[in-house]
Amino acid sequence: MEPLIHIDNLNKSFGEQHVLNGFHLDLFEGENLVIVGKSGSGKSVLLKCIVRLLEADSGVLEVLGKSIPELNQYEMDRLRTEVGFLFQGSALYDSMTVRENLEFPLRRHPEKMAGQDVESLIVSTLESVGLAHTIGLMPEELSGGMQRRIALARTLILRPRIILYDEPTSGLDPITAKEIIELMLKAQREYQTSALIITHDMDCARVIANRMIILIDGRNYAEGSYEALSALPDPRVQAFFK
Amino acid sequence: MPTTYFQRSGLRRYLNETGEVWLFAQRFFREAVRRPFEWRELLNQCFIVGNQSLFLVGMTGLIMGLVLTLQTRPTMEDFGAEAYMPAMVGVSIIREIGPVIVALICAGKIGSSIGAELGSMKVTEQIAAMEVSGTNPFKYLVVTRILATTLMVPLLVIFGDAVALFGSYLVEHMKGDVSFQLFFNKVFRQLSFSDLVPATIKTFFFGFAIGLIGCYKGYHSRKGTAGVGRAANTAVVVASMLLFVLDFIAVLVADIFFDL
Ligand SMILES: Nc1ncnc2c1ncn2[C@@H]1O[C@H](COP(=O)(O)OP(=O)(O)O)[C@@H](O)[C@H]1O
Ligand SMILES: [Mg+2]
Repeated sequence: MEPLIHIDNLNKSFGEQHVLNGFHLDLFEGENLVIVGKSGSGKSVLLKCIVRLLEADSGVLEVLGKSIPELNQYEMDRLRTEVGFLFQGSALYDSMTVRENLEFPLRRHPEKMAGQDVESLIVSTLESVGLAHTIGLMPEELSGGMQRRIALARTLILRPRIILYDEPTSGLDPITAKEIIELMLKAQREYQTSALIITHDMDCARVIANRMIILIDGRNYAEGSYEALSALPDPRVQAFFK
Repeated sequence: MPTTYFQRSGLRRYLNETGEVWLFAQRFFREAVRRPFEWRELLNQCFIVGNQSLFLVGMTGLIMGLVLTLQTRPTMEDFGAEAYMPAMVGVSIIREIGPVIVALICAGKIGSSIGAELGSMKVTEQIAAMEVSGTNPFKYLVVTRILATTLMVPLLVIFGDAVALFGSYLVEHMKGDVSFQLFFNKVFRQLSFSDLVPATIKTFFFGFAIGLIGCYKGYHSRKGTAGVGRAANTAVVVASMLLFVLDFIAVLVADIFFDL
């Protein structure tokens, strides 16, 4: 089976600081691949390279069969609608209402409406994250957990095939975090998405991961299922499970 | 390798940044003509720019007219030339004082708010979020704002000029018993094509500079809340300085073309 995302020997440095050193991964259809790593280990940098918010220095970087560094701006924008991105801090547009937040990408990609009208798409997407009643509110009127859900709705409204989650549960209390994880699983069922999830929340990883990669020193340090990794005697791996 | 003075000094950074602003301006022109246009956001920004500074420009304009007239009048009286007051005040307000003062007010008010707004959007990754959803934040945020300031600052200058002239009229009316009609007749009789045209053209450049610098500083804001503050602050400082440079250039150019 062709992978949806294929990364091989990826390198990225900022000056003298080598953040990614030959990282590789394959994300397959329907899979939830979790990447864990310490804070500052380059997890966000990896996701940003995938959507070309940052340019990788070298390596193979293919998404849905297309080589990211070779795409022109138009092709890249087209591809970006297939790849949802959930930011660490939700990144809702704070001068727009919830409705306008969802409308913003949709209006600019009318081909993504699939014959439905804007209003009903917004309402049905908000319903699927359980927040239909917030449609007229501003982001600052929402709690952190609700903001995260709206950010997910804003991503889902374009019906992406892949979603990249950057620490989806960070900064949330354990109960809200659990709700977000439930919602991610629900989104996967309803929207048939595959996901690359970055986290250092092991509860999140245990529930959601089909497969995990441990990122240390910019490389794949260890790889396997949650159970397999938690049974590894290596102290650097065990540090994550404590 | 020993560092040269050039490398250590701020000069290098300054030249670098000038180059980047230039590239930013080029990108503005490229994207401004490319469809689709963000009409709604452009109108929205025009409204915000106008609405934000209308009161401030009005107040400053009024005081400017009052003070200028009050302070010049005694000297003109000494020469027995108080009949020339409207003509003199009119020329100085419309040619120089009005455009510069109003543009400075706008740099402070609009430049800083654009810098802060885009800066906070940058550090909270809202700009990145627009990019990864396959939309064009430069077009939505930058093109609309620069166009809005370019269009609205000239209108604000006209408004400021009008209020300032009215302030001047109030003083003339009280001190010299000059009628409204007589005052404005005298003002406009003195004004020529070569006063109005360069003065108006330069206000478009002023507006463009305010929007450009505000957007550039915000769009390239550094991480953290301190970065946002710096973006707003340097937007005002740099835009204000640039206004004086542009004004100087405008005067030189007008001097050549209109042979003043
Ligand atoms: N745009 C950038 N410029 C310079 N350094 C960066 C940039 N983005 C990230 N870094 C550096 O790369 C390292 C990894 O960052 P990041 O991927 O955000 O870590 P995390 O794994 O916590 O998400 C950090 O040390 C950070 O300082
Ligand atoms: Mg991160």
